[in-house]
Amino acid sequence: MSAAPARGPSIRVLPRLDDATRFFWTSGADGRLRFLRCGGCHHYVHPPVPRCPYCLDGPLAPEVVSGRGVVHSFTVNYHQWIPGSEPYAIGLVTIEEQDDVRLTTNLVDCPFEDLRVGMAVEVTFEQAEDVWLPLFRPAGAGS
Amino acid sequence: MSGTGPLERRAVVSGIGQSDVGRRLGRSDLDLTVDACLQAVADAGLHRDDIDGLATFPGAGVGTAGFAGPSSPEVQDALRLKLNWHDGGLEGPGQLRAVFAACLAVAAGLARHVLVYRTVTESSAQGEGGRQGIGGGGGGRGVPRFSGPMSWTLPYGAVSAANWIAWIAQRRMHEYGLTREQLAWIALNGRRNAEVNPKAIYRQPMTLADYLAVRMITTPLCLYDCDAPCDGSTAVVVSHVDYAPDAPSTVCHVNAVGTAIRGRPSWDQFDDMTTFSARDAAASMWARTELRPADVDVAELYDGFSILTMVWLEELGLCPRGESGPFVEGGTRIAREVPLNTSGGQLSAGRLHGFGMLHEACVQLRGEGGARQVAGGPEVAAVAAGGGPIAGCMLLTRGVSG
Repeated sequence: MSAAPARGPSIRVLPRLDDATRFFWTSGADGRLRFLRCGGCHHYVHPPVPRCPYCLDGPLAPEVVSGRGVVHSFTVNYHQWIPGSEPYAIGLVTIEEQDDVRLTTNLVDCPFEDLRVGMAVEVTFEQAEDVWLPLFRPAGAGS
Repeated sequence: MSGTGPLERRAVVSGIGQSDVGRRLGRSDLDLTVDACLQAVADAGLHRDDIDGLATFPGAGVGTAGFAGPSSPEVQDALRLKLNWHDGGLEGPGQLRAVFAACLAVAAGLARHVLVYRTVTESSAQGEGGRQGIGGGGGGRGVPRFSGPMSWTLPYGAVSAANWIAWIAQRRMHEYGLTREQLAWIALNGRRNAEVNPKAIYRQPMTLADYLAVRMITTPLCLYDCDAPCDGSTAVVVSHVDYAPDAPSTVCHVNAVGTAIRGRPSWDQFDDMTTFSARDAAASMWARTELRPADVDVAELYDGFSILTMVWLEELGLCPRGESGPFVEGGTRIAREVPLNTSGGQLSAGRLHGFGMLHEACVQLRGEGGARQVAGGPEVAAVAAGGGPIAGCMLLTRGVSG
């Protein structure tokens, strides 16, 4: 194995883009992460739904977030559910702006033994066809 | 009898049945199901013409190969049942949802004797097709794209419940200091019990060293933290409590069921990752009964993955929250204070998907456990199935309740 751990599975099974999710999966084209946010109660909402689930009222629109977050939990996957995959880290990241918005993601640019629950991370994107997948790396790794 | 109190107390398990259970039995799911169903009907002292209700989890056409078992229409036709009520489906409080539905059906008078079954042929299916995760086939640009809940996890190779449930274990290591040496005891306890269960899949002794040496699946879960795919069918007859005096076998009374989910219903957004909806299902169950956790004599708690059993132990109040690690470590307290997963559980006796836990609870209450029978004549059994955002539980009692 090379020194750098895999950034994800050997095959990225990509999401089908539709009118509700296209903004999210293409957000990284400009290097920034976006979530729906309610114009009434100002909650962020994920995954996308037609109406704000908090106030059931205000309009929802994509809004840029900081891209910073915290690892809520993680696992390093070894089993080859997807043939040809090297071990990769699957993280669950809570965004800095709101503690009930989480993303399943891959944790990259970090040795597996250094992964910790609670570690600060920042978004980085990996383009696959017309999708920009948000991945997360240790905070400050990209500066 | 049982004129007041929760309506599920108008239901009893009057009969139980189970087909052969094994690896790659090479028999169809319907074949195994008919075996289990006929056993359960006979055990209940009934004839198939007495069965007027039928229910299953999850119904045909869902999941990977070998997961779903035959649909309720297939089973109805195979047994030529004349039904007043029928049900099959995936959504609800875990695998036991079919049993809960049956309880309500007999309580409501929609049916008198409901046959409920769960069948898996995952071992045979994996033998034919290899073990694959969702989206594991194909490659490159030919891979189909996904919509819906899975579309948020598949791109990252989070393809199996093993991955999501590993998050639970990792989070509990962070919050509660859980260790692999503690987690191991769910598997070790299961194997110890499986050694004296003739129908168990794995019966050779397992040591802590064996556990720590086996290959990792998805940290911190190793192979022995994941249940054993098998072929097998389990069936029960849920009857109206008025039938109890006429039943030839000891009936198991349904005391309370737990069905709640109060957090966001997904693997990644649920508020408390250390509990998931076991927290809510257990709370809703205890709110429906005068029994208390200290009354539980035997616990059959879902171990599709070892960590789920630890969550259930805590949320059902069988040990304090956060303390299941020390509670199970060494294996003494889960043998004596709360005999746990007495058939070997799904880790060693096979992934009968929740219905094995229910079957074993009835076996123990009836005193038919043979070499693995819990001493002292257990009177109250806790049964839990599922984990994450898919969870349900129930209390069964040997005596009349409510």
